[in-house]
Amino acid sequence: MTEPVVDYAEVLTRYEPVLGLEVHVELATASKMFCGCATEFGAAPNTQTCPVCLGLPGALPVSNDTALASIVRIGLALNCTIAADSRFARKNYFYPDMPKDFQISQYDEPLCTDGWLDVPVVDPESQTDGVIRVGIERVHMEEDTGKLTHAGSTGRIHDAGYSLVDYNRSGIPLVEIVTRPITATGALAPQVARAYVTQLRDLLRALAVSDVRMEQGSLRCDVNVSLAPIGATAWGTRTETKNVNSLRSVERAVRYEMSRQAARLDAGQSIVQETRHFHEADGTTSAGRSKEQAEDYRYFPEPDLVPIQPDPAWVARLREDLPAAPHLRREQLHAEWGFTAAEMRDVVNAGAVELIAATVAAGTTPAGARKWWLGELARRATQLGVSAADLPITPAAVARIEQLVDAGTLTDTLARQVIEGVLAGEGEPDAVIAARDLQVVGGDGELGVAVDAALAAEPEVVERIRAGKHAAVGVIVGAVMKQTRGRADAARVRALVFERLGVVDEAAG
Amino acid sequence: MVDDSGIQGEATISEQEVRHLAHLARLALTDDEVAHFTGQLGAILHAVSEVARVDRTGVTPMSHAVALANVTRPDLVTASLPVAEVLAAAPAAEDDRFRVPRILGEAP
Ligand SMILES: [Zn+2]
Repeated sequence: MTEPVVDYAEVLTRYEPVLGLEVHVELATASKMFCGCATEFGAAPNTQTCPVCLGLPGALPVSNDTALASIVRIGLALNCTIAADSRFARKNYFYPDMPKDFQISQYDEPLCTDGWLDVPVVDPESQTDGVIRVGIERVHMEEDTGKLTHAGSTGRIHDAGYSLVDYNRSGIPLVEIVTRPITATGALAPQVARAYVTQLRDLLRALAVSDVRMEQGSLRCDVNVSLAPIGATAWGTRTETKNVNSLRSVERAVRYEMSRQAARLDAGQSIVQETRHFHEADGTTSAGRSKEQAEDYRYFPEPDLVPIQPDPAWVARLREDLPAAPHLRREQLHAEWGFTAAEMRDVVNAGAVELIAATVAAGTTPAGARKWWLGELARRATQLGVSAADLPITPAAVARIEQLVDAGTLTDTLARQVIEGVLAGEGEPDAVIAARDLQVVGGDGELGVAVDAALAAEPEVVERIRAGKHAAVGVIVGAVMKQTRGRADAARVRALVFERLGVVDEAAG
Repeated sequence: MVDDSGIQGEATISEQEVRHLAHLARLALTDDEVAHFTGQLGAILHAVSEVARVDRTGVTPMSHAVALANVTRPDLVTASLPVAEVLAAAPAAEDDRFRVPRILGEAP
C-alpha cells in the first residue's frame, strides 16, 4: 500500500524539515552490561545467557566497568558534560524481547548531556564543502534486548503463529545517542542525516568502543522527521522511522518521509505521530505503532543498581586518552604508516583510514592492511554499491587473512576465496578455511607426493623438460594444481619439479 | 497534590487510574475488584504520604537504601548456563529458543 508523495524538489518550495536522530550502539565489550555472559555475535541460541540476563528472580546486576568507561569516552568525544551523579532506571513494558518485563536504561539522569558533533557535508548541487554542527542532547547507557524470530508463512508479525526468542543479545551494553532537533538544513536534510551517522560511526570506530556494523545491528538508527510550512514558528508533528540499517537507507528514509508528509499536508491531512518501518526494497516507509496513547513506561530508579558518580580524575584521564581530532589523527597515522602522499589520499578518499588503523591494530603491517582494503575489498564494495566500511567483514578478519598470507598458509588466490566466504556470511576466516578446505597444500611432503604423481603420469613431458624445454613444466604445475584443487603455491611446485628432475631452472633468479 | 508548603497532602488514587494501571500490568479486574483495590491502594498511598510530612530540608533524595556508588565489575566473561537449564523453565521451546504466543503489537 503506497501512499501519495510529492516530488522532493517541490517539498522544499513549501516546507522546512526538522530532523532528529537516535543512534543505538552496541559496545564491543567481552561480557554483557550487568553479567559475565559473553557477547559474541552469531553464537548458538541462548548459549550466552544466565540468571541475570534471563531476569530470573533473585539475580543481581552489577555494572561492567569497561562499558562505563566506553560511554564516558563517547560522551567526551561528543563534547558532552559528564554527570557528577547518574542513575539507572527501569523502563517497564511487556514484550517477550525482555524476559524481566523491564529494560534497565537511564531516564532523567543520563551519564552524558549537552554536546555536539561537527559534520562535514558536501552540497551535491554546488559541490561545496560545509560543516554543520549537530547538537547532542544526551548519551545514555542501557541494555540490549533479545532477538525474536516470527514463525509463520511470511515471517511477518501479523501472519505469525508464534515467535521464538533468543536471549543472547539481551543485556549487551547499548549506548543511545540522541541529537537535538536539526533545523535549517533545507534541501540538504537527507545528506545531513547520512553525514551525521557516517561521522558518528567513524568517531566510534576511532574510539574502538564498538564494531559499528549496521548490517549486524551493532549500530542502529531511528530517524525522526517533521515538516513545517516555510516561515511557521511551530514545528510539525514528527514520525519516527525505526531501525534504518544502512547509511544509504538513512538518506532515503528522510527523503521519503519528507515527500510523504508533504503530500498529506498539501491535502489538508494531519501527520500522525507514529513509528514507521523502512523498506529497503523500494525506499518507502509504512505505519507501525501509533503513539497517540502516550507511552507509559513508569520509569523508576533501578533499586538493584547503585548510582554512578564518575571520579573527575578518572574522567580527566579518559579525556587525555581520546584519539586526536580527525584531521590531526590522519596526519599522525600518515607519518606512522609511511605511505606516500598519493597513497594516503587514496586511503582517505576510500574512507578506509579507520579500517586500516583497526587492521594494523589487529596485527598487520600498514602496507598489508592497505593492500586488501584498497584492492580486493574496494573492488567487492564497488560491485555491491556500498562503502568498504559497510562490507560484512571486520578489520580483525582482514588482519587474520593477511597474517595467513604472510605465513604462507594462504596464497593471494586462496585469500580472495576466504574473503568471498566471509562476505557470504560463512563465518570468520578460520571457519571459512576449514569449511572450504582452503589451506595451501602444506609441507613439501604432501606437495611432493602430488608432484611425483604428476611426473609419473607424464613421462613425455618429463623428457621434454630434461631436454631443455623448460616451458613444458607448466603441464606438471597445471596437473598438480588440478590435483590439489588450486591450493598449491605454483612457484613452489615449479621449484619442486626442477629439484626432482635434477635440472637447473633457468627462470629462477 | 502539593500544598503551599511544598509538602504532599492526602494521597488518593482514582478508579480510572487503577484501571489504567491494571491495563499496563495486563490484569483483568472486575468492577468490584477495581472498587476494592482503589480503596486499598488509596490507604497504602495515604500511609506512605505520611513520610512527606517530615521536614526534608537539606536531605538529598536517594534511590537506594545503601549509601554506595560506583559498584562495578571487570569486563570478564564467566560461564553461562547450559541451554537445557536455560530452557528448563520455558513453558515451550523450539530450536533452543523460547517459544512464545503470537505477538500482536510491536516492540516498544
Ligand atoms: Zn548473563
